Parts: sequence; C-alpha cells; structure tokens
Amino acid sequence: MDLNFTPEEEAFRDEVRAFLADKLPKRIADKVRTGKRLTKADMVEWHAILNARGWLANHWPVEWGGPGWSVVQRYIFDVETALAHAPRIIPFGVSMLGPVLLEYGSDAQKKHWLPRILDGSDWWCQGYSEPGAGSDLAGLKCAAVRDGDDYVVNGQKTWTTLGQFADMIFCLVRTDTKAKKQEGISFLLIDMKSPGIEVRPIILLDGEHEVNEVFFTDVRVPAANLVGEENKGWTYAKYLLTYERTNIAGVGGAMAAFDWLKHVAGSQKKAGRPLSDDPYFAARLAKLEIDLENMKTTNLRVLAAAAHGGAPGAESSMLKIRGTEIRQEITALTRRALGPYAQPFVSEALDEGYNGEPIGPDYAAPVSADYFNNRKLSIFGGSNEIQREIITKAILRL
Amino acid sequence: MDFTHSDDRQMLADTLGRYLVQKYDFETYKRVSASDEGFSRETWGALAELGIIGALFDEAAGGFGGSGFDLAVVFEALGRALAVEPFLGTLMAGRLLAGRGDLLETVIAGTSILAFAHFEPQGRYDLTELATTAVRTGDGWVLSGAKAVVPQLEAADHILVSACTDGGLGKQAGLSLFLVPADAAGVAVRGYPMIDGGRGGELLLEDVTLPADALVGVESEAFEGIEATVAAGIVALCAQAVGVMEVLRDATLDYLRTRTQFGVPIGKFQALQHRMATVALEIEQARSAVINAAAALDGDRWHRERAVSAAKFTVGRVGTLTAEEAIQMHGGIGMTWELPLSHYAKRLTMIDHQLGDEDHHLERYVLLGAESQAAA
Repeated sequence: MDLNFTPEEEAFRDEVRAFLADKLPKRIADKVRTGKRLTKADMVEWHAILNARGWLANHWPVEWGGPGWSVVQRYIFDVETALAHAPRIIPFGVSMLGPVLLEYGSDAQKKHWLPRILDGSDWWCQGYSEPGAGSDLAGLKCAAVRDGDDYVVNGQKTWTTLGQFADMIFCLVRTDTKAKKQEGISFLLIDMKSPGIEVRPIILLDGEHEVNEVFFTDVRVPAANLVGEENKGWTYAKYLLTYERTNIAGVGGAMAAFDWLKHVAGSQKKAGRPLSDDPYFAARLAKLEIDLENMKTTNLRVLAAAAHGGAPGAESSMLKIRGTEIRQEITALTRRALGPYAQPFVSEALDEGYNGEPIGPDYAAPVSADYFNNRKLSIFGGSNEIQREIITKAILRL
Repeated sequence: MDFTHSDDRQMLADTLGRYLVQKYDFETYKRVSASDEGFSRETWGALAELGIIGALFDEAAGGFGGSGFDLAVVFEALGRALAVEPFLGTLMAGRLLAGRGDLLETVIAGTSILAFAHFEPQGRYDLTELATTAVRTGDGWVLSGAKAVVPQLEAADHILVSACTDGGLGKQAGLSLFLVPADAAGVAVRGYPMIDGGRGGELLLEDVTLPADALVGVESEAFEGIEATVAAGIVALCAQAVGVMEVLRDATLDYLRTRTQFGVPIGKFQALQHRMATVALEIEQARSAVINAAAALDGDRWHRERAVSAAKFTVGRVGTLTAEEAIQMHGGIGMTWELPLSHYAKRLTMIDHQLGDEDHHLERYVLLGAESQAAA
C-alpha cells in the first residue's frame, strides 16, 4: 500500500506544470476559469499546442503519435491541466474514433485519418443517438444501403455535440434490417460536406448551441469509409464506449470546480460572515469534499488495477455515476451559494471582451447556466440508470 | 502508487481469515457473544499465538506491525467473522503503553487484556469533556469519576483511564492517563450485554488510590496521545465496518439471486437492482475512505485527523445505508434472529455509535478545515 507518486511521477508532474505555465495561453485559461464561452478557434489553438508537444492523443500507441504514458501519467496530466484551467481535449476524434481505428481500422484508414485527427485537419463529431434510440442505442434506424462502391445513407442523428463545427461524423448505421438489432449495425465515416446532409441546431436550456440534429437524405458514402466489417459495428461501438475510461470520473475537473466553489462560498456573505462558515453550508461543503476525496482514491484503485493488467470494465460505471453526481453537486452548491444573484442572466457577459458592469458578484454570470448545462452529465455517455444496469449485470451478476 | 498489501501483511490477513472461517463460524459467534464472559478466551489465546495481537503494535512496543494498514487487514477480517473479542480496547490502550514493555509482552502473548476507558456518560463523543479527576496524595494518586460504555470492560485485567489533573472539563490541557488494575480497591464495573453481541460496561471509580507509577506518560499532557490512539481505533472500526459491509452485500446478492416471487428471482426487479448497485458503489467509496485514513494514520496530526473523520463519517453514512437496505431487500426473513444477516446489520449500525458517529465526524471535519484556514 502506497498512495504516493513515485519520484519519476513527481518529476513528470513538474514537467506538466512547467509546460502549462509556459504554453497554456493566459487568455484561454482565464476564459475557462471564469466560465466564459470558448470559441472553436480557442479549442483548435489548444489542440495544436498539445499536439506540438506530442501530448494530444496521450493514450495512443507511440507509433501513432502517442507519448507512451502510463495510466498514472495520464491521470496526472488530467488533474494538472484541469487545475491550470486548460480547456478539455475535445474527445470525438482523439478519444473516441482514434481508439476504434487503432483497434479495428484498416492500415489505409489509420494512415489517412489518425494524422488528420492530430493536426486538426478534421474536426470529428459523433453520430450515435437518434430520436428513437437513446439509452436503447441498438434500436437505431438510420439506414445505409450498399449501392456499387458507395453506401447510401438515410435517417437522422441527434444530440450531435459541436456538430456545427465538424468536418466529419462517425456514425452507427443500420445495414441489416432483418438481423437481431445489435447484429445489423455498421460503423461508417461520413464527410459532413456531402450533399444531402443538413445540420440543425438544438438550443439547450442554458440558451447555448452545443448540440445538433443531423439529417441524412440519400447521402453517398464511399464503401472505403466502412470501419471493420459490415454488421459488426455494435462491437466497435461498445469498444468505443468502454475504451477511454481513465478520465471517466473527471477527477481533475471536479477538483478545479470544487476549488472555485470554495472561492465563491468564501466570498459570499451571510450575516456578515463568509457563507462557508455557515454551519449548514459548511456541512454541505464538507460532505462533498469527503465524497470527492473518496472518489479520488476509488479512481486510483481502478487505474492501478488496470495498470496491473486488470480490465477497468464495469468499475468505470461506478466512477461515472459518482463522478457525475459529485460534479453536479458542485454546480448545485455554487448556484446555491449565489443566493438571489443566481437569477440574473446576461448571456453576452459570457463572451470574451464583454465590458458591461457585472450584476452582483463578478463571478456570478455563468454559474446558473453552468448548473443547468451540467444536468447533462448524468444523462449522456450512458445515463446513470444505464450505468446501474451495467453494474447489475457485470458486477452484481443479478 | 500501489494498492496491494505487502506479502507479510497479506499472509497475516490470510492466516487470520482462515482461522476465523474454520474456528469462528456463525454458531460459534452466537454462543460466544451471548455467553457470560461475552467473548472466547480460547479464541483470544489462539489469535495471540497466531501473532494477531502483535500485529497491532510496532516494534518499539514489542509488536511487529501497528501501521494503519496492519490494523485495517486485521479488523476487516474480524469484521467479516463478527468477532467480539477485546481487540479494540487492547489496541487503543496498548498504543499508549509503549513504555510498559513487561505488560505489553503479556498482552501480546494473550495473557493480559486491556481496556481503554475514556468517554464519559455526560460527554457523548467529545474527547475532552471529562469529569473524572485524579488528585495527587502523598506519592500517589486518587481517582474519582465514571466512564461510559467501555467495550469488553469486564474482560480487562488492566484499564487505561483518562482523568483531569489540572483544570478539568472541556479542556485539552490537563488530561492525564492512569493504568488501573481491574481489581484495585474502589473500582466497580457494571457489565451488560450489547445489542450487537459481546459485552460492555460502565466503570465507576470511587477514591481509587494508585501509586505514583500508575501515571502513564507526562502529567496533564495526555491529550495528543489520546487523540492519536482514538484515530487508530477509528481506522480499526472503519476497516471492521467494511468487512461487515461486504458480508452483508454478498449475502443480499445471494438472496436476490435465489428468492423467487412473481415467478422470478427478485434480483430481476429493477427497483432492487438499482438500489443494490448504489449499495455496491457506496461500499467501494467506504473502502477508499478507509485506505485514505489508514495511509494518513502515521502522518502529521492535521491530515490524520481529517482523514479519520472523513472515514468515520463515510462509514457511518454507508454503514447505515448498507444495513438498512440489506434488511429491506431480505424482507421478513431479514428481521429474524436466525439469519446471520441481522447480526451483521446490528454490528454495522452500532459501529456508528463508537468513537463518534456520522454527524460528530462531519462537524469535526468542518472544524478541522477551519483550523487549517486559520493557520494559513
């Protein structure tokens, strides 16, 4: 039993900190810290900075441009970047499609697409959910029919995050309507500029355009863009969902958000004293901090087991549930801390360069919107109820 | 980073686990825990021979363990078997008796048993709210006062008693420790059975006259040691609780797989599945809390106390959840004396009443946080 980092890991942490101090643009970090909107250009800029250092796709094999880090190094990187208020790495190309191509893609596909993920040539989005296929993802209907050297795709995808910026979409499509529902699905890479694709924004409850609907009408896709075998897409989809697990608990992001909550609670006043001294609020903070400390260790236990050859499989469902519960509680307490000033919402105040007089405390502007936006955490990536199903089947064996 | 135990420690855990599985089954527990003595001297002797008592103490005290993780593996195994033997008192008193090599030798050999009598009827879980006094007389001491709900008090040959030597109630300064022979004149023990098995007792001290060398450590400066040994006791109790939780979880899962209603095993019902998933998830959090506390036990005071309060809070919260859900999911049969389950649920619930409950430790965690801010 040893909960400490090795001297090598400590040195690595210093290296990451030095890199962040040197290369993370202050302008971008300030936006992340204060909850301002990030533009596509901000995200692209940060990806390019990481890629220049070889740290963008930090779980890829070295031969394809990964840095060869251990799971502990990746954990350290996650925590340090979050604490430094770096933007998160956009996962669709790097963390979702990348691993699928590495495992199931052809040589030609790997050589073509992987470098383009790294250098930012392609912004990827994810075509999984449909209006009738949410938690029951395998019930998807968007159809691809083989026609010569092409597939012809008709149907609809939804909840397509940042699809408005995307050059490419990886899609689960139905290629066999007669087979059992999991056995008629294929994994297809589709150019978003193809004729017949229409992207419509979905405005979320915080007023933001984060997700989209994508409609496909007779969209022709070269058969060379099929990943792996036809009708084996469900296997690849599940692999994608279970592959990138080291960060599922979101420990770094939660630590940074909790620090911010303590700052807010220490600045707000109740009866002339900091709100964080109020016994009721202090108890809420303490419970949250204890939960977070426990989860950090649970997360490290899962990582350590994975590093020793154990599969992090269903344990990551526990991390997803608890990680998102903690993150949601942080946003809820931050909202609560503002008292009446949780109510005003000036959307433009979240844009870079806004010079208006803040309403209430200068940190108040994004807080309620952030709370509402983060209700998504327990819904996406397999809702927390679906995670309990996974625990039930895979761990409890009921 | 390494979450595996050393070979020696793993061997200790395996040895103890094997012994308890073979020699301390549920029928033994029921017989022993309800007996007049409230524990088994035979088991105590056998476990001493296996080195289990020695594992609670470091080399300076004549043992070969004593770290947070040594306590954790021993008490987790004791929890799995519901063992009622006087380990907790022996651990907590023994850690404060490092200077008394002769006595500790007999303790580790299993021929002496210790109790730690600190908390008082009016003081709830507070470490400093003591009314017991020790007054110097000639070259000795006279102790008067009362101590509350001391586990396995009747079993002890020697009782380590805290008392105010300077000032009194509610203060850290002025606490001292005395080693009191159980048969000293003026010592009265009122023993009773506990709801979760084994026995406890109230200690009454009426003008107990002790020689000068009954004082343990430095006069009026015992608080630091008391706090540290309570921290060790909390790590032990929390690890014990996790052992109990895992038995409850596994028993409940077995029941969900085999109990049939409406033509299917009740584990097929989502209402129960999701609650069970939550219980399983929370038990992992409790285990993580114990790991954090065990790792912090030998570190600086502030981190140690924060980690043990966090662990005791977590174990209190998760323990109540696990016990209540286990009974509920078993339905009527979960209410019966016959099933081991109910006894595990009682043990787990009562751990929250030892050395500070969930609320006490949450408040303490908050106060410790304020302490660090004041210091910064």
